[in-house]
Amino acid sequence: MTDKLLEIDHLTVRFKGARTIHAINDLSLSLGEGETLALLGESGSGKSVTLKALLRLLPPKRTEIEGDIRVGGTDILRLSGRSLQRYRGGDVSMVFQEPALALDPVYTVGAQIAETVMRHKGVSRSEAMEVALDMLKRVKIPSPERRLQNYPHELSGGMRQRVMIALALACRPRLLLADEPTTALDATVQIQILLLLRELQKEFGMGVIFVTHDIGVAVEISERIAVMYAGQIVEEGTTREIIKDPRHPYTRGLLAANLHDVARGERLAAIPGAPPALETRPASCSFAPRCALAGPDCRAGLPPVVTPAPRRRVACLRADEAVPAE
Amino acid sequence: MFSYLLRRLILVLPVAFGVSVICFLLVQIAPGDPLTAIMPVDATAEEQAAMRAAYGLDKPLPVQYAIWVGNLAQGDMGRSIATGRPVAGEVFGAVQNSLLLAVSAAVIAFPIGIFLGFLAGYFRDSALDKAVTAVSIAGVSVPNYWLGIVLVIIFSVNLGWLPSMGAGPGGSRDWSWNWEHMRHLVLPAVTLAVVPIGIVSRTVRALSGDILSMDFVQALYAKGMTRFDVLIHVGRNAAATALSVMGLQLGYLLGGSILIETVFNWPGSGFLLSNAIFQRDLPLLQGTILVLALFFVAMNLIVDVAQAAIDPRIKRS
Ligand SMILES: Nc1ncnc2c1ncn2[C@@H]1O[C@H](COP(=O)(O)OP(=O)(O)OP(=O)(O)O)[C@@H](O)[C@H]1O
Ligand code: SF4
Ligand SMILES: [Mg+2]
Repeated sequence: MTDKLLEIDHLTVRFKGARTIHAINDLSLSLGEGETLALLGESGSGKSVTLKALLRLLPPKRTEIEGDIRVGGTDILRLSGRSLQRYRGGDVSMVFQEPALALDPVYTVGAQIAETVMRHKGVSRSEAMEVALDMLKRVKIPSPERRLQNYPHELSGGMRQRVMIALALACRPRLLLADEPTTALDATVQIQILLLLRELQKEFGMGVIFVTHDIGVAVEISERIAVMYAGQIVEEGTTREIIKDPRHPYTRGLLAANLHDVARGERLAAIPGAPPALETRPASCSFAPRCALAGPDCRAGLPPVVTPAPRRRVACLRADEAVPAE
Repeated sequence: MFSYLLRRLILVLPVAFGVSVICFLLVQIAPGDPLTAIMPVDATAEEQAAMRAAYGLDKPLPVQYAIWVGNLAQGDMGRSIATGRPVAGEVFGAVQNSLLLAVSAAVIAFPIGIFLGFLAGYFRDSALDKAVTAVSIAGVSVPNYWLGIVLVIIFSVNLGWLPSMGAGPGGSRDWSWNWEHMRHLVLPAVTLAVVPIGIVSRTVRALSGDILSMDFVQALYAKGMTRFDVLIHVGRNAAATALSVMGLQLGYLLGGSILIETVFNWPGSGFLLSNAIFQRDLPLLQGTILVLALFFVAMNLIVDVAQAAIDPRIKRS
């Protein structure tokens, strides 16, 4: 198990405030070097919180984090000071959903990439600019020399996201976190960015966690899929397993509603009902109120995690039952 | 950038023209004949006409204006009716003193305001934030001439630490850079600094609080930047707006210190202005207002250009 790139064990995240929000509840996940995993789930299921916990970006005062996160064996939740800075952007980096908001509006894109490189590699400004230029070429930005001097508002949405990707990969992280990197973009640009990410992943060989609520995107980009619901992973497996043999009623619902749209990459259509409020820690299956198969046993306690195959798991009492014909 | 500068300069010309016309007309509009102040009460009609011709007051207004502007261009603003000295000398001396006071107040107020505002913005909704808010609201709402009098009573009258009158020993009007003179600057500068401390700290609090809650700050931490790096980013994002607020404040400090200058008998433009008004010294009034107004215009220009120079989002083309 030591050669794992990422291991998350029993992660729990609570936000304190007027009301406590149980955002992540006993989440475990592992990822090998160079693996790509899609984290799939509805809005509010805790995908972004998971990524932010990984980079320790959650507000420390209001957040209670329990469990264990290890990247390359290092205990992330104990990092602080310089080692935390080295880790962020060095070992693990992140691409945000809205590149227009995630870039500093008054710095040129070149300067923003270069400052990251200078921080992590301790090189001079001009060397860092060389790296920035090289990265802009790799993300296929036309006339990269000129673009270095541009401010974010002078670029299109797709260009900005390319810059964001260049920035995230400039220090060759072992793990890239991409939080819905294409949701804010036009459909045609979305596809270009996806293809670019897939290419760069092959080239650099880093592990990728790709957050999306678009099952089509998940299929396109990743080898593995983990389905999230109410702060938990309800099903995990290879992309093929999830598509061909979904076991959790929630995953089945997602697929049934969307399979014919996968090719066109459309958004998830809603499953009837709404995700639960996260005010209490779930004591039974969170999906029960929306589940067609729910019975009294589902409401009696947390469902067991069934592992039909290695690295394959389903958190459902009826995971082994035959798929109802539809 | 250069063409932007040029365009802004050209845009300033009509404003400067308007300002000069208003200052010129001020004398014409003011009730009463400017001559009555200097003519003996029993002057004959001929004597009055002769005087009128001597001052060029018999010519049509546009001609008078052209002559006036021509003289201005040569640094001639006429003579003070009360003292008979050239207005230009009086005004420039006074404006220099006011500028000294305004800049001193700014040097005190801006760093304190920025520091307090940033602390409040960084620790938003904390006890510290509330304390800073209380201080800045007090600073803006307490009448500063009243505060000036209180400070005089405490530090001059009771403690005897600092002088309260004039710009130098014995209420002298001339400034020089030594402690004997600088002592005189302390109380008026501190008094004058209170309002801009309030305004600048409110501005910087709002700015830094807003910027710190923007997504890119989290993205900066996500790429391994230190707190100090983030601080620099926040500063550069806030700079343009903060600068324009501070530029305006400097303008107010210069023109708006009439009460403070009166309280402290500070020989500045505000003091000169109030004298000119009470003595109905129209040429002096005209000259002082003109110089102050042009200073405002220049200040605005400087702020605009500086803003465009540091903030790439402002269109320069
Ligand atoms: N800083 C925070 N403080 C309090 N609650 C938070 C915070 N961040 C997230 N939450 C809450 O945690 C839950 C999970 O949020 P999260 O952003 O992870 O959802 P998500 O799966 O990324 O959804 P989306 O697809 O909309 O981005 C939500 O109920 C959200 O309101
Ligand atoms: S445990 Fe029961 S309620 Fe939960 S998903 Fe499975 S069948 Fe549905
Ligand atoms: Mg999210």
